[in-house]
Amino acid sequence: MELTVHNKGDYTIIALSGEVDLNYSPQAREQILKSLGDKCNVLIDLSAVAYIDSSGVASLVEGFQAAKSSQLEFGLVGVSNAALRVLQLARLDKVFPIHATVEECLGSDA
Amino acid sequence: MNNALPTGDVEHHVDYAAAPVIEIRDLITHYAERRVLNNICLNVYPGEIMIIMGGSGSGKSTLLRHMLGLHQPTSGSIRLLGKDITRLSEKEFYALRKEMGVAFQGGALFGSMTVGENVMLPLREHTRLDENTMQIMSRMKLEVVNLAGFENLMPSELSGGMVKRAALARAVVMDPKLLFFDEPSAGLDPVSAVELDELILRLRTAMRMTIVVVTHELESAFKIADRITVLDDGEILVTDTVANVRNSDNKRIQDLLHRRPRSEEVDADEYLHRLTR
Repeated sequence: MELTVHNKGDYTIIALSGEVDLNYSPQAREQILKSLGDKCNVLIDLSAVAYIDSSGVASLVEGFQAAKSSQLEFGLVGVSNAALRVLQLARLDKVFPIHATVEECLGSDA
Repeated sequence: MNNALPTGDVEHHVDYAAAPVIEIRDLITHYAERRVLNNICLNVYPGEIMIIMGGSGSGKSTLLRHMLGLHQPTSGSIRLLGKDITRLSEKEFYALRKEMGVAFQGGALFGSMTVGENVMLPLREHTRLDENTMQIMSRMKLEVVNLAGFENLMPSELSGGMVKRAALARAVVMDPKLLFFDEPSAGLDPVSAVELDELILRLRTAMRMTIVVVTHELESAFKIADRITVLDDGEILVTDTVANVRNSDNKRIQDLLHRRPRSEEVDADEYLHRLTR
């Protein structure tokens, strides 16, 4: 898995790529919670995710809950088909705010 | 032995060009002096749902137990994810077990633990994930098997179908590459059985699992299988696609598919010997 972080407006965009599995999801979780702890709105870019397992999805769920508790924005962008299938399996595609692109999200938020 | 791969309309989620996830070669097993598995050769490919069928005493459960590393064969090899489990040390097999999920026929839930604790058990045993992450993962899997809200119940408070689904949730909580399922539909009402079949299909697609199902439920087998292996008297009669198995001209296969009892031809001398030896 690769993880990159950059800021755009009021948002921190965390881009995950490759395989987000048991070995790497703790790293994603740590970054998500850190950004939320810094009071940033967070977008997770999943467009380059080839596979995400339940531990990766659990990190997203935990991040979303933490964002709600802190009244921050949290969303997923560019969800790859591989990631979408896993979200659908757990019916989480109806739970997360999902946007096609970062630009679309920021535009709609503006 | 017919161990055919699909041709033509190959399902896209199965990679028949890749190395097999399960590779069994010349497997022979005896219980005492009785040979219960004879020259079993079988490949299962990434993303494949392989159904193992056969009548009672055909050897299908024995074969499953060998794939789970619960029995040592008399001879032959069983490679799972590239590793010959007949030659692995206990420590090496423990590491491989992380990649495998097993849902036993009776559920095999721990009666002294809640459903949630049962489901979370593999995570506690095999990972060092944060407690919150483990809780969410286990609840997600209970959601997937439609047992949301039941995590604080004890197994004894669940119906038979719920126990099976809880066992499945535990088997897949770590998103194993390889899932073994023993008689998933047995004892379930028709609607629950169909739901479980659909769940198995969704798990394969979403989680990229390779799944081996031992069953004698024909309807379920035909619905979810990419290929079917039919065992009889410890030998593989055929491994082939659903269509080819259904259309097989092998009398014993057709007997099994149409639930016809084995013909009662008696060798008088042999019968007498069996009774008097």
